Amino acid sequence: MHSAVLLIEFGSIILALGLLGRFAARFRLSPIPLYLLAGLAFGEGGLLPLGASEEFVATGAEIGVILLLLMLGLEYSASDLVSNLKAHYPSGLVDCALNALPGAAAALLLGWGPVAAVVLAGVTWISSSGVIAKVLGDLGRVGNRETPVILSVLVLEDLAMAVYLPIVTALVAGAGLAAGSLTLAIALGAAGLVLFAAVRYGRVISRFVSSDDPEKLLLVVLGLTILVAGVAQQLQVSAAVGAFLVGIALSGEAAEGAHTLLSPLRDLFAAVFFVFFGLHTDPASIPPVLLPALALAVVTAATKIATGYWAAKRAGIPVKGRWRTGGALVARGEFSIVIAGLAVTAGIEPSLGPLATAYVLLLVVLGPLTARYTEPLAAWWARHRATRGETPEPVAETRAQTPVGD
Amino acid sequence: MSAPRLRTTPLPGIGVQYDLVTREQRHLSVVAHRDGARTVSFYGADDPDSCAQSLRLSGAEAGSLIDALKPSHHSASLLYTTDLGLVAERIEVAATSRWNGRVLGDTRMRTETGASIVAVLRRAEAIPSPTPDFRLAGGDTLIVIGTREGVDAAAAIIGRE
Repeated sequence: MHSAVLLIEFGSIILALGLLGRFAARFRLSPIPLYLLAGLAFGEGGLLPLGASEEFVATGAEIGVILLLLMLGLEYSASDLVSNLKAHYPSGLVDCALNALPGAAAALLLGWGPVAAVVLAGVTWISSSGVIAKVLGDLGRVGNRETPVILSVLVLEDLAMAVYLPIVTALVAGAGLAAGSLTLAIALGAAGLVLFAAVRYGRVISRFVSSDDPEKLLLVVLGLTILVAGVAQQLQVSAAVGAFLVGIALSGEAAEGAHTLLSPLRDLFAAVFFVFFGLHTDPASIPPVLLPALALAVVTAATKIATGYWAAKRAGIPVKGRWRTGGALVARGEFSIVIAGLAVTAGIEPSLGPLATAYVLLLVVLGPLTARYTEPLAAWWARHRATRGETPEPVAETRAQTPVGD
Repeated sequence: MSAPRLRTTPLPGIGVQYDLVTREQRHLSVVAHRDGARTVSFYGADDPDSCAQSLRLSGAEAGSLIDALKPSHHSASLLYTTDLGLVAERIEVAATSRWNGRVLGDTRMRTETGASIVAVLRRAEAIPSPTPDFRLAGGDTLIVIGTREGVDAAAAIIGRE
Protein backbone atom coordinates (compact mmCIF):
# COMPACT_ATOMS: atom_id res chain seq x y z
CA MET A 1 0.00 0.00 0.00
CA HIS A 2 2.98 2.22 0.63
CA SER A 3 3.62 2.64 -3.09
CA ALA A 4 0.02 3.63 -3.76
CA VAL A 5 0.23 6.40 -1.18
CA LEU A 6 3.53 7.55 -2.68
CA LEU A 7 2.05 7.66 -6.17
CA ILE A 8 -1.00 9.55 -4.98
CA GLU A 9 1.04 12.09 -3.04
CA PHE A 10 3.68 12.61 -5.71
CA GLY A 11 1.08 12.78 -8.45
CA SER A 12 -0.88 15.40 -6.52
CA ILE A 13 2.28 17.48 -6.06
CA ILE A 14 3.18 17.40 -9.75
CA LEU A 15 -0.40 18.11 -10.82
CA ALA A 16 -0.64 21.02 -8.40
CA LEU A 17 2.62 22.40 -9.79
CA GLY A 18 1.35 22.13 -13.34
CA LEU A 19 -1.83 24.00 -12.49
CA LEU A 20 0.17 26.64 -10.60
CA GLY A 21 2.45 27.01 -13.61
CA ARG A 22 -0.54 27.66 -15.84
CA PHE A 23 -1.83 30.20 -13.35
CA ALA A 24 1.58 31.91 -13.34
CA ALA A 25 1.74 31.98 -17.14
CA ARG A 26 -1.63 33.73 -17.25
CA PHE A 27 -0.24 36.59 -15.17
CA ARG A 28 3.17 36.44 -16.91
CA LEU A 29 4.84 35.63 -13.60
CA SER A 30 7.76 33.33 -13.07
CA PRO A 31 6.40 30.08 -11.62
CA ILE A 32 9.26 29.84 -9.08
CA PRO A 33 7.51 31.80 -6.29
CA LEU A 34 4.37 29.70 -6.69
CA TYR A 35 6.36 26.46 -6.44
CA LEU A 36 7.97 27.75 -3.25
CA LEU A 37 4.58 28.69 -1.85
CA ALA A 38 3.24 25.26 -2.78
CA GLY A 39 6.08 23.68 -0.80
CA LEU A 40 5.30 25.93 2.15
CA ALA A 41 1.64 24.96 1.97
CA PHE A 42 2.35 21.22 2.04
CA GLY A 43 5.26 20.85 4.44
CA GLU A 44 5.75 20.90 8.18
CA GLY A 45 3.34 23.31 9.78
CA GLY A 46 1.48 23.57 6.49
CA LEU A 47 -1.95 22.34 5.47
CA LEU A 48 -1.05 18.81 4.46
CA PRO A 49 2.06 17.17 5.88
CA LEU A 50 3.45 14.69 3.38
CA GLY A 51 4.59 11.35 4.64
CA ALA A 52 5.42 8.67 2.12
CA SER A 53 6.84 10.75 -0.70
CA GLU A 54 9.18 12.82 1.46
CA GLU A 55 12.22 10.71 0.66
CA PHE A 56 11.41 10.53 -3.03
CA VAL A 57 10.95 14.30 -3.20
CA ALA A 58 14.30 14.75 -1.46
CA THR A 59 16.07 12.67 -4.12
CA GLY A 60 14.16 14.48 -6.85
CA ALA A 61 15.28 17.78 -5.38
CA GLU A 62 18.93 16.72 -5.52
CA ILE A 63 18.53 15.73 -9.16
CA GLY A 64 16.81 19.07 -9.72
CA VAL A 65 19.84 21.00 -8.49
CA ILE A 66 22.15 18.85 -10.62
CA LEU A 67 20.04 19.42 -13.73
CA LEU A 68 19.74 23.17 -13.08
CA LEU A 69 23.51 23.49 -12.99
CA LEU A 70 24.06 21.12 -15.91
CA MET A 71 21.75 23.17 -18.11
CA LEU A 72 23.50 26.33 -16.99
CA GLY A 73 26.80 24.80 -18.08
CA LEU A 74 25.29 23.72 -21.40
CA GLU A 75 24.21 27.31 -22.09
CA TYR A 76 27.82 28.45 -22.26
CA SER A 77 30.77 27.21 -24.18
CA ALA A 78 34.11 27.22 -22.42
CA SER A 79 35.40 29.88 -24.79
CA ASP A 80 32.40 32.09 -23.85
CA LEU A 81 33.42 31.85 -20.23
CA VAL A 82 37.10 32.47 -20.79
CA SER A 83 36.59 35.45 -23.12
CA ASN A 84 34.00 36.94 -20.75
CA LEU A 85 36.32 36.52 -17.82
CA LYS A 86 39.10 38.33 -19.64
CA ALA A 87 36.93 41.18 -20.88
CA HIS A 88 34.61 41.84 -17.96
CA TYR A 89 36.28 40.71 -14.74
CA PRO A 90 36.09 44.24 -13.20
CA SER A 91 32.29 44.17 -13.56
CA GLY A 92 32.29 40.76 -11.92
CA LEU A 93 34.33 42.04 -8.99
CA VAL A 94 32.08 45.09 -8.54
CA ASP A 95 29.04 42.81 -8.75
CA CYS A 96 30.47 40.55 -6.05
CA ALA A 97 31.47 43.43 -3.76
CA LEU A 98 28.20 45.35 -4.05
CA ASN A 99 25.81 42.42 -3.82
CA ALA A 100 27.51 39.76 -1.72
CA LEU A 101 28.55 42.11 1.09
CA PRO A 102 25.01 43.25 2.03
CA GLY A 103 23.99 39.62 2.45
CA ALA A 104 27.02 38.83 4.59
CA ALA A 105 26.51 41.99 6.65
CA ALA A 106 22.85 41.16 7.22
CA ALA A 107 23.71 37.68 8.52
CA LEU A 108 26.33 39.11 10.87
CA LEU A 109 23.93 41.81 12.10
CA LEU A 110 21.33 39.14 12.83
CA GLY A 111 24.03 37.33 14.80
CA TRP A 112 24.05 34.19 12.68
CA GLY A 113 27.79 33.72 12.56
CA PRO A 114 30.32 33.61 9.72
CA VAL A 115 29.13 30.43 7.94
CA ALA A 116 25.60 31.77 7.52
CA ALA A 117 27.14 35.06 6.39
CA VAL A 118 28.97 33.34 3.52
CA VAL A 119 25.76 31.51 2.53
CA LEU A 120 23.58 34.62 2.61
CA ALA A 121 26.24 36.51 0.63
CA GLY A 122 25.73 34.02 -2.18
CA VAL A 123 21.94 34.27 -1.92
CA THR A 124 22.02 38.03 -2.49
CA TRP A 125 24.85 37.94 -5.02
CA ILE A 126 23.71 35.59 -7.78
CA SER A 127 21.01 36.90 -10.12
CA SER A 128 18.57 34.56 -11.81
CA SER A 129 19.70 34.07 -15.41
CA GLY A 130 16.49 32.16 -16.16
CA VAL A 131 14.13 34.91 -15.01
CA ILE A 132 16.25 37.65 -16.59
CA ALA A 133 16.50 35.98 -19.99
CA LYS A 134 12.73 35.54 -20.00
CA VAL A 135 12.11 39.17 -18.99
CA LEU A 136 14.43 40.45 -21.73
CA GLY A 137 12.48 38.40 -24.26
CA ASP A 138 9.11 39.58 -22.95
CA LEU A 139 10.15 43.23 -23.05
CA GLY A 140 11.56 42.86 -26.57
CA ARG A 141 15.02 43.86 -25.43
CA VAL A 142 17.01 40.88 -26.68
CA GLY A 143 18.44 43.05 -29.45
CA ASN A 144 19.26 46.02 -27.24
CA ARG A 145 22.80 47.28 -27.05
CA GLU A 146 23.05 46.73 -23.30
CA THR A 147 21.97 43.09 -23.49
CA PRO A 148 25.51 41.71 -23.98
CA VAL A 149 26.54 43.58 -20.81
CA ILE A 150 23.68 42.04 -18.83
CA LEU A 151 24.59 38.61 -20.11
CA SER A 152 28.28 39.06 -19.36
CA VAL A 153 27.49 39.86 -15.71
CA LEU A 154 25.34 36.73 -15.54
CA VAL A 155 28.06 34.60 -17.13
CA LEU A 156 30.61 35.80 -14.60
CA GLU A 157 28.25 35.06 -11.71
CA ASP A 158 27.69 31.56 -13.02
CA LEU A 159 31.42 31.05 -13.36
CA ALA A 160 31.94 32.41 -9.86
CA MET A 161 29.48 29.82 -8.57
CA ALA A 162 31.90 27.10 -9.65
CA VAL A 163 34.34 28.51 -7.10
CA TYR A 164 31.80 29.63 -4.53
CA LEU A 165 29.72 26.46 -4.18
CA PRO A 166 32.64 24.25 -3.09
CA ILE A 167 33.55 26.84 -0.45
CA VAL A 168 30.00 26.83 0.91
CA THR A 169 29.83 23.05 0.76
CA ALA A 170 33.03 22.79 2.80
CA LEU A 171 31.89 25.44 5.30
CA VAL A 172 28.45 23.98 5.97
CA ALA A 173 30.00 20.53 6.33
CA GLY A 174 31.96 22.06 9.19
CA ALA A 175 35.31 21.37 7.57
CA GLY A 176 38.33 22.92 9.23
CA LEU A 177 40.68 25.32 7.49
CA ALA A 178 42.99 22.60 6.19
CA ALA A 179 40.22 20.35 4.88
CA GLY A 180 38.39 23.35 3.48
CA SER A 181 41.46 24.59 1.65
CA LEU A 182 42.06 21.12 0.22
CA THR A 183 38.45 20.96 -1.03
CA LEU A 184 38.78 24.37 -2.59
CA ALA A 185 42.07 23.40 -4.23
CA ILE A 186 40.44 20.27 -5.67
CA ALA A 187 37.46 22.27 -6.91
CA LEU A 188 39.58 24.99 -8.48
CA GLY A 189 41.90 22.40 -10.01
CA ALA A 190 38.96 20.46 -11.43
CA ALA A 191 37.30 23.62 -12.77
CA GLY A 192 40.54 24.81 -14.35
CA LEU A 193 41.20 21.38 -15.83
CA VAL A 194 37.69 21.10 -17.26
CA LEU A 195 37.83 24.60 -18.75
CA PHE A 196 41.22 23.87 -20.31
CA ALA A 197 40.10 20.47 -21.58
CA ALA A 198 36.86 21.92 -22.93
CA VAL A 199 38.65 24.69 -24.80
CA ARG A 200 41.27 22.32 -26.19
CA TYR A 201 39.43 19.01 -26.58
CA GLY A 202 35.76 20.00 -26.38
CA ARG A 203 35.11 18.43 -29.76
CA VAL A 204 36.56 15.09 -28.71
CA ILE A 205 34.51 14.95 -25.50
CA SER A 206 31.37 15.91 -27.37
CA ARG A 207 32.02 13.31 -30.06
CA PHE A 208 32.27 10.65 -27.35
CA VAL A 209 28.90 11.69 -25.92
CA SER A 210 27.18 12.66 -29.16
CA SER A 211 24.69 10.23 -30.61
CA ASP A 212 22.14 10.51 -33.40
CA ASP A 213 19.67 8.60 -31.30
CA PRO A 214 18.01 10.88 -28.73
CA GLU A 215 17.43 8.02 -26.32
CA LYS A 216 21.10 7.09 -26.09
CA LEU A 217 22.19 10.72 -25.90
CA LEU A 218 19.78 11.32 -23.02
CA LEU A 219 20.99 8.28 -21.09
CA VAL A 220 24.68 8.99 -21.67
CA VAL A 221 24.48 12.67 -20.71
CA LEU A 222 22.23 12.09 -17.72
CA GLY A 223 24.27 9.14 -16.49
CA LEU A 224 27.57 10.94 -16.93
CA THR A 225 26.28 14.06 -15.16
CA ILE A 226 24.82 12.26 -12.16
CA LEU A 227 27.95 10.10 -11.87
CA VAL A 228 30.29 13.09 -11.97
CA ALA A 229 28.04 14.94 -9.53
CA GLY A 230 28.17 11.98 -7.16
CA VAL A 231 31.97 11.77 -7.39
CA ALA A 232 32.20 15.53 -6.79
CA GLN A 233 29.97 15.16 -3.74
CA GLN A 234 32.18 12.32 -2.49
CA LEU A 235 35.23 14.57 -2.81
CA GLN A 236 33.31 17.17 -0.76
CA VAL A 237 33.33 19.51 -3.75
CA SER A 238 29.54 19.87 -4.29
CA ALA A 239 27.45 17.84 -6.69
CA ALA A 240 26.15 20.98 -8.36
CA VAL A 241 29.63 22.09 -9.43
CA GLY A 242 30.37 18.65 -10.88
CA ALA A 243 27.21 18.91 -12.99
CA PHE A 244 28.06 22.46 -14.05
CA LEU A 245 31.50 21.37 -15.24
CA VAL A 246 29.98 18.51 -17.26
CA GLY A 247 27.76 21.09 -18.93
CA ILE A 248 30.75 23.27 -19.74
CA ALA A 249 32.73 20.37 -21.15
CA LEU A 250 29.97 19.46 -23.60
CA SER A 251 29.75 21.67 -26.64
CA GLY A 252 28.51 21.72 -30.20
CA GLU A 253 25.94 19.17 -31.30
CA ALA A 254 26.03 17.15 -28.11
CA ALA A 255 25.21 20.26 -26.08
CA GLU A 256 22.42 21.33 -28.46
CA GLY A 257 20.85 17.88 -28.38
CA ALA A 258 21.22 17.48 -24.64
CA HIS A 259 19.72 20.92 -24.14
CA THR A 260 16.49 20.09 -25.98
CA LEU A 261 16.23 16.64 -24.40
CA LEU A 262 16.93 17.66 -20.84
CA SER A 263 14.87 20.87 -20.72
CA PRO A 264 11.61 19.11 -19.77
CA LEU A 265 13.42 16.96 -17.19
CA ARG A 266 15.07 20.04 -15.72
CA ASP A 267 11.69 21.78 -15.49
CA LEU A 268 10.18 18.81 -13.66
CA PHE A 269 12.95 18.22 -11.16
CA ALA A 270 13.69 21.90 -10.58
CA ALA A 271 10.02 22.37 -9.68
CA VAL A 272 10.34 19.42 -7.29
CA PHE A 273 13.42 21.08 -5.79
CA PHE A 274 11.59 24.35 -5.12
CA VAL A 275 8.76 22.42 -3.49
CA PHE A 276 11.25 20.46 -1.41
CA PHE A 277 12.83 23.70 -0.23
CA GLY A 278 9.40 25.02 0.69
CA LEU A 279 8.56 21.76 2.47
CA HIS A 280 11.49 22.24 4.79
CA THR A 281 10.47 25.75 5.65
CA ASP A 282 7.83 26.21 8.32
CA PRO A 283 5.40 28.92 7.13
CA ALA A 284 5.15 30.15 10.72
CA SER A 285 8.87 31.01 10.65
CA ILE A 286 8.50 33.48 7.79
CA PRO A 287 6.72 36.46 9.44
CA PRO A 288 9.56 37.07 11.96
CA VAL A 289 12.13 37.36 9.14
CA LEU A 290 9.88 39.35 6.81
CA LEU A 291 11.29 42.74 7.80
CA PRO A 292 14.97 41.77 7.39
CA ALA A 293 14.08 40.10 4.07
CA LEU A 294 12.33 43.24 2.87
CA ALA A 295 15.21 45.49 3.93
CA LEU A 296 17.71 43.15 2.28
CA ALA A 297 15.60 43.03 -0.90
CA VAL A 298 15.44 46.83 -1.12
CA VAL A 299 19.18 47.28 -0.45
CA THR A 300 20.30 44.56 -2.86
CA ALA A 301 17.89 45.71 -5.56
CA ALA A 302 19.59 49.12 -5.33
CA THR A 303 23.09 47.61 -5.33
CA LYS A 304 22.25 45.45 -8.38
CA ILE A 305 21.01 48.53 -10.22
CA ALA A 306 24.26 50.27 -9.30
CA THR A 307 26.24 47.24 -10.50
CA GLY A 308 24.45 47.23 -13.84
CA TYR A 309 24.85 50.96 -14.22
CA TRP A 310 28.58 50.69 -13.58
CA ALA A 311 29.08 47.70 -15.88
CA ALA A 312 27.19 49.38 -18.72
CA LYS A 313 29.10 52.62 -18.22
CA ARG A 314 32.32 50.68 -18.47
CA ALA A 315 31.11 49.18 -21.75
CA GLY A 316 30.48 52.69 -23.12
CA ILE A 317 26.69 52.53 -23.09
CA PRO A 318 24.70 55.80 -22.71
CA VAL A 319 22.74 56.67 -19.58
CA LYS A 320 19.40 55.16 -20.58
CA GLY A 321 20.94 51.81 -21.34
CA ARG A 322 22.82 51.90 -18.02
CA TRP A 323 19.58 52.20 -16.07
CA ARG A 324 18.04 49.42 -18.15
CA THR A 325 21.03 47.18 -17.44
CA GLY A 326 20.73 47.78 -13.70
CA GLY A 327 16.99 47.23 -13.62
CA ALA A 328 17.24 44.00 -15.57
CA LEU A 329 19.75 42.45 -13.18
CA VAL A 330 17.64 42.74 -10.01
CA ALA A 331 15.79 39.39 -10.16
CA ARG A 332 17.13 36.64 -7.91
CA GLY A 333 15.73 33.16 -8.20
CA GLU A 334 16.70 29.56 -8.62
CA PHE A 335 20.38 29.86 -7.69
CA SER A 336 19.72 31.80 -4.50
CA ILE A 337 17.47 28.92 -3.48
CA VAL A 338 20.11 26.37 -4.50
CA ILE A 339 22.67 28.11 -2.28
CA ALA A 340 20.25 28.47 0.63
CA GLY A 341 19.28 24.82 0.14
CA LEU A 342 22.86 23.74 0.90
CA ALA A 343 22.65 25.46 4.26
CA VAL A 344 19.13 24.23 5.02
CA THR A 345 19.93 20.57 4.43
CA ALA A 346 23.08 20.93 6.56
CA GLY A 347 21.01 22.48 9.36
CA ILE A 348 22.85 25.80 9.64
CA GLU A 349 20.87 28.67 11.21
CA PRO A 350 17.16 27.72 11.18
CA SER A 351 15.98 31.20 10.15
CA LEU A 352 18.16 31.24 7.03
CA GLY A 353 15.78 29.14 4.93
CA PRO A 354 12.72 31.29 5.69
CA LEU A 355 14.71 34.48 5.10
CA ALA A 356 16.00 33.23 1.72
CA THR A 357 12.48 32.11 0.79
CA ALA A 358 10.95 35.49 1.59
CA TYR A 359 13.85 37.30 -0.09
CA VAL A 360 13.56 35.33 -3.34
CA LEU A 361 9.76 35.63 -3.33
CA LEU A 362 10.14 39.40 -3.11
CA LEU A 363 12.83 39.80 -5.75
CA VAL A 364 11.52 37.29 -8.26
CA VAL A 365 8.33 39.38 -8.35
CA LEU A 366 10.10 42.74 -8.13
CA GLY A 367 12.82 41.93 -10.69
CA PRO A 368 10.64 42.06 -13.83
CA LEU A 369 9.15 45.34 -12.56
CA THR A 370 12.54 47.00 -12.03
CA ALA A 371 13.61 45.75 -15.45
CA ARG A 372 10.62 47.53 -16.96
CA TYR A 373 10.47 50.77 -14.96
CA THR A 374 13.97 51.69 -13.76
CA GLU A 375 14.84 53.62 -16.91
CA PRO A 376 11.57 55.63 -17.21
CA LEU A 377 11.75 56.47 -13.48
CA ALA A 378 15.36 57.57 -13.78
CA ALA A 379 14.49 59.73 -16.79
CA TRP A 380 11.50 61.23 -14.95
CA TRP A 381 13.66 61.97 -11.90
CA ALA A 382 16.33 63.61 -14.05
CA ARG A 383 13.71 65.84 -15.73
CA HIS A 384 12.13 66.58 -12.38
CA ARG A 385 15.48 67.77 -11.05
CA ALA A 386 16.16 69.71 -14.22
CA THR A 387 12.92 71.68 -13.87
CA ARG A 388 13.91 72.53 -10.31
CA GLY A 389 17.03 74.07 -11.79
CA GLU A 390 19.59 71.63 -10.41
CA THR A 391 22.29 70.00 -12.46
CA PRO A 392 20.49 67.42 -14.58
CA GLU A 393 21.80 64.08 -15.69
CA PRO A 394 22.23 64.10 -19.44
CA VAL A 395 19.12 62.32 -20.63
CA ALA A 396 18.22 61.92 -24.27
CA GLU A 397 14.91 63.06 -25.77
CA THR A 398 11.90 61.54 -24.05
CA ARG A 399 10.29 58.56 -25.67
CA ALA A 400 6.78 58.75 -27.02
CA GLN A 401 5.77 56.03 -24.55
CA THR A 402 6.41 58.13 -21.47
CA PRO A 403 4.28 61.25 -21.83
CA VAL A 404 5.60 64.33 -20.08
CA GLY A 405 3.18 66.04 -17.75
CA ASP A 406 3.89 69.68 -18.59
CA MET B 1 28.60 47.00 -55.00
CA SER B 2 29.83 44.66 -52.28
CA ALA B 3 27.42 43.10 -49.82
CA PRO B 4 27.07 45.07 -46.58
CA ARG B 5 28.88 43.63 -43.59
CA LEU B 6 26.82 42.27 -40.74
CA ARG B 7 28.31 42.90 -37.31
CA THR B 8 28.07 39.82 -35.09
CA THR B 9 27.86 39.86 -31.31
CA PRO B 10 27.74 36.63 -29.30
CA LEU B 11 25.00 36.58 -26.66
CA PRO B 12 26.07 33.83 -24.28
CA GLY B 13 23.17 31.62 -23.32
CA ILE B 14 20.91 33.11 -25.99
CA GLY B 15 22.63 32.91 -29.36
CA VAL B 16 24.22 35.34 -31.78
CA GLN B 17 23.16 38.84 -32.77
CA TYR B 18 23.64 40.18 -36.31
CA ASP B 19 23.43 43.93 -36.84
CA LEU B 20 22.87 45.72 -40.13
CA VAL B 21 22.93 49.45 -40.76
CA THR B 22 21.18 50.20 -44.06
CA ARG B 23 22.20 52.83 -46.61
CA GLU B 24 19.55 55.09 -45.11
CA GLN B 25 21.34 54.77 -41.76
CA ARG B 26 18.51 52.74 -40.24
CA HIS B 27 19.61 50.03 -37.88
CA LEU B 28 18.10 46.57 -37.62
CA SER B 29 19.28 43.42 -35.93
CA VAL B 30 18.51 39.72 -36.01
CA VAL B 31 19.12 37.58 -32.93
CA ALA B 32 19.58 33.93 -33.87
CA HIS B 33 18.39 31.88 -30.91
CA ARG B 34 19.85 28.45 -30.48
CA ASP B 35 16.49 26.73 -30.78
CA GLY B 36 16.09 28.04 -34.33
CA ALA B 37 13.86 30.98 -33.39
CA ARG B 38 14.80 34.46 -34.58
CA THR B 39 14.16 37.86 -33.04
CA VAL B 40 14.10 40.70 -35.56
CA SER B 41 14.45 44.15 -34.02
CA PHE B 42 14.26 47.66 -35.40
CA TYR B 43 15.75 50.66 -33.64
CA GLY B 44 14.17 54.05 -33.28
CA ALA B 45 16.01 57.26 -34.03
CA ASP B 46 15.38 58.68 -30.54
CA ASP B 47 17.17 55.91 -28.64
CA PRO B 48 19.54 54.04 -30.95
CA ASP B 49 20.29 51.45 -28.26
CA SER B 50 16.85 50.07 -27.60
CA CYS B 51 14.51 48.21 -29.89
CA ALA B 52 11.56 50.28 -31.04
CA GLN B 53 9.97 47.14 -32.41
CA SER B 54 10.91 43.54 -31.80
CA LEU B 55 9.40 40.43 -33.38
CA ARG B 56 10.01 36.84 -32.40
CA LEU B 57 9.77 34.38 -35.30
CA SER B 58 9.78 30.60 -35.13
CA GLY B 59 12.28 28.76 -37.33
CA ALA B 60 9.61 28.00 -39.93
CA GLU B 61 8.36 31.61 -39.98
CA ALA B 62 11.91 32.84 -40.38
CA GLY B 63 12.34 30.43 -43.30
CA SER B 64 9.29 31.82 -45.09
CA LEU B 65 10.48 35.36 -44.45
CA ILE B 66 13.90 34.56 -45.90
CA ASP B 67 12.20 33.32 -49.06
CA ALA B 68 10.22 36.53 -49.34
CA LEU B 69 13.36 38.61 -48.80
CA LYS B 70 15.37 36.92 -51.54
CA PRO B 71 15.85 39.23 -54.53
CA SER B 72 15.21 36.32 -56.92
CA HIS B 73 12.05 35.34 -55.08
CA HIS B 74 8.82 34.29 -56.81
CA SER B 75 7.08 31.86 -54.54
CA ALA B 76 8.04 29.68 -51.64
CA SER B 77 7.05 26.45 -53.35
CA LEU B 78 8.75 27.22 -56.67
CA LEU B 79 11.07 24.47 -57.89
CA TYR B 80 12.16 25.62 -61.30
CA THR B 81 11.47 28.21 -63.98
CA THR B 82 12.23 27.68 -67.64
CA ASP B 83 12.83 30.44 -70.15
CA LEU B 84 9.77 29.15 -72.00
CA GLY B 85 7.33 30.56 -69.45
CA LEU B 86 6.77 27.25 -67.68
CA VAL B 87 7.11 26.83 -63.94
CA ALA B 88 7.37 23.78 -61.71
CA GLU B 89 5.93 24.01 -58.22
CA ARG B 90 5.19 21.78 -55.28
CA ILE B 91 1.60 21.92 -54.02
CA GLU B 92 0.63 20.18 -50.81
CA VAL B 93 -2.68 18.35 -50.37
CA ALA B 94 -3.96 19.40 -46.94
CA ALA B 95 -5.66 16.86 -44.70
CA THR B 96 -8.75 19.08 -44.89
CA SER B 97 -8.67 19.18 -48.71
CA ARG B 98 -11.74 17.83 -50.49
CA TRP B 99 -9.44 15.61 -52.56
CA ASN B 100 -8.11 13.74 -49.54
CA GLY B 101 -9.03 10.10 -50.34
CA ARG B 102 -10.39 10.82 -53.82
CA VAL B 103 -8.80 9.90 -57.13
CA LEU B 104 -6.74 12.28 -59.21
CA GLY B 105 -9.18 12.13 -62.17
CA ASP B 106 -11.87 13.80 -60.02
CA THR B 107 -9.84 17.01 -59.84
CA ARG B 108 -10.05 17.43 -63.67
CA MET B 109 -6.86 19.35 -63.25
CA ARG B 110 -5.41 19.10 -66.72
CA THR B 111 -8.77 19.90 -68.38
CA GLU B 112 -9.35 22.93 -66.19
CA THR B 113 -5.86 24.38 -65.95
CA GLY B 114 -3.61 22.81 -68.55
CA ALA B 115 -1.09 22.04 -65.82
CA SER B 116 0.35 18.53 -65.45
CA ILE B 117 1.01 16.60 -62.29
CA VAL B 118 4.32 14.93 -63.03
CA ALA B 119 4.88 13.27 -59.65
CA VAL B 120 3.45 12.81 -56.19
CA LEU B 121 5.72 12.85 -53.13
CA ARG B 122 4.34 10.66 -50.38
CA ARG B 123 6.38 10.26 -47.17
CA ALA B 124 9.82 9.13 -48.35
CA GLU B 125 8.95 8.04 -51.89
CA ALA B 126 8.12 9.78 -55.15
CA ILE B 127 5.46 8.35 -57.47
CA PRO B 128 6.17 9.49 -61.03
CA SER B 129 3.39 10.19 -63.59
CA PRO B 130 0.34 9.38 -61.42
CA THR B 131 -2.61 8.05 -63.49
CA PRO B 132 -6.17 9.48 -63.21
CA ASP B 133 -7.15 6.57 -60.90
CA PHE B 134 -4.36 7.46 -58.43
CA ARG B 135 -5.91 8.05 -54.98
CA LEU B 136 -4.69 11.20 -53.25
CA ALA B 137 -4.14 11.44 -49.49
CA GLY B 138 -3.69 14.34 -47.10
CA GLY B 139 -0.02 15.21 -46.76
CA ASP B 140 0.84 14.32 -50.38
CA THR B 141 2.91 16.86 -52.26
CA LEU B 142 2.14 17.22 -55.98
CA ILE B 143 4.83 18.36 -58.40
CA VAL B 144 2.94 20.45 -60.95
CA ILE B 145 4.28 21.88 -64.21
CA GLY B 146 2.47 24.44 -66.34
CA THR B 147 2.21 28.12 -67.14
CA ARG B 148 2.26 30.53 -64.19
CA GLU B 149 -1.52 30.99 -64.46
CA GLY B 150 -2.11 27.27 -64.90
CA VAL B 151 -0.12 26.32 -61.82
CA ASP B 152 -1.82 29.00 -59.72
CA ALA B 153 -5.23 27.66 -60.85
CA ALA B 154 -4.09 24.13 -59.98
CA ALA B 155 -3.10 25.29 -56.50
CA ALA B 156 -6.54 26.86 -56.09
CA ILE B 157 -8.23 23.57 -57.08
CA ILE B 158 -6.10 21.49 -54.71
CA GLY B 159 -6.73 24.01 -51.93
CA ARG B 160 -10.53 23.52 -52.03
CA GLU B 161 -11.86 22.36 -48.70
